[in-house]
Amino acid sequence: MYTIKSYVFPESLEEADELLQRDCRNNAILGGCCWLKLGRRRIRSAIDLSKLGLDQIEVRDGFLELGACVTLRQLETNPHVTARFDGILGRSVSHIVGVQFRNCATVGGSVFSRFGFSDLTCALLALDTTVVLQRGGELPLAEFLASPIAFNDILLKVRIRDDGRHAAYESVRRSTTDFPTLAVAVSCLEGRWKVSVGARPARAVLSDDAARCLESGEGPAAAGAAAANELVYGSDLRAGGDYRKKLAAVLVRRAAQTCMERENKG
Amino acid sequence: MKVKITVNGMLYNKHIPNDMMLLEFLRKYGYVSVKRGCDTSNCGLCTVWVEGKPVLSCSYPAARADGKQITTLEGVKEEAASFGRYMTAQGAEQCGYCSPGFIMAVLAMRRELTDPTEEEISQYLAGNLCRCSGYAGQTRALRAWLKDKPWEKEGQA
Repeated sequence: MYTIKSYVFPESLEEADELLQRDCRNNAILGGCCWLKLGRRRIRSAIDLSKLGLDQIEVRDGFLELGACVTLRQLETNPHVTARFDGILGRSVSHIVGVQFRNCATVGGSVFSRFGFSDLTCALLALDTTVVLQRGGELPLAEFLASPIAFNDILLKVRIRDDGRHAAYESVRRSTTDFPTLAVAVSCLEGRWKVSVGARPARAVLSDDAARCLESGEGPAAAGAAAANELVYGSDLRAGGDYRKKLAAVLVRRAAQTCMERENKG
Repeated sequence: MKVKITVNGMLYNKHIPNDMMLLEFLRKYGYVSVKRGCDTSNCGLCTVWVEGKPVLSCSYPAARADGKQITTLEGVKEEAASFGRYMTAQGAEQCGYCSPGFIMAVLAMRRELTDPTEEEISQYLAGNLCRCSGYAGQTRALRAWLKDKPWEKEGQA
């Protein structure tokens, strides 16, 4: 059971940061709160950013910017998002529980927590994505995901270079609204490829070998095999590591094939 | 903490525990259509609208609802009763425990989507679980309701 001693709506990011630094071990920045009650945290100050205007989706200076409080449902319905990257951001989250859940769950909550099962993180990683942190500044998403969670920092927004790349997303789930058993996102821009594999069940990572296969013209099947061999796949209650490895080969092949077809159509 | 929450047009100016969820707040003040189901953000039984958007009240902090407009089934009871008649006609209610959340999701979908496809409907309502009916009755009721569009005759929003 969780408890909250004080609940605060800061009036600025500086105030939020100052509150967090007072006791970053026991104070917490709230995200969508979807699983807050499943935890056992005793939160001294719960810091709610929902009144700071971080729920905006903007296209600015050649980037698509998603504020930390943008909900997953906004990704499905906002035309700036659905019109870009072949709509993979909206599609990647469309099987997460239900609309009610996705109206609560936020981009910041999904990305900052570095959930292994996050469909969104997997899709973002296949794009040219950076995260902007209050203290840590701007850094590539891949670097952010590889680092341990810094509980003294605040994720402000996610920036995606609006480079017009084509992309495709594939996932397998045991039932429609469940977490993914495996998730794959692939993107291509002017012959340069990115292949991201998530829910391994660990955090999403890029497969450089699979990208090299696609760049050298070896084809989707070779890329699938490369992703299966290069990355580490573990076991949990949804699937064994061996099964995930086989899934990775298939999903990477399918996503790369789809992406190639989209690239050829222009 | 002190909050001002408007439920179905009625303002509540109350002191609440900091860790109270919206579900508990609503039930405390008599909105018992809001059901506690899984309590883990999965089943959709506790669906209410915050500023017109369906959310899971079991995991929405009541404090976050400060200054917001909440709608429960009691706030849309005529339209809910209208859809409820379609459910009854199709035998779509068995234990009926999931019905309030399901109806809130259906009414939200009607406002959000124009002429939804079968796929859009099933995707929109995927977050509402029913352990009795297998969804066949609800689906039939929904199809008939969308075809008849009773809200146009009844002058609802």
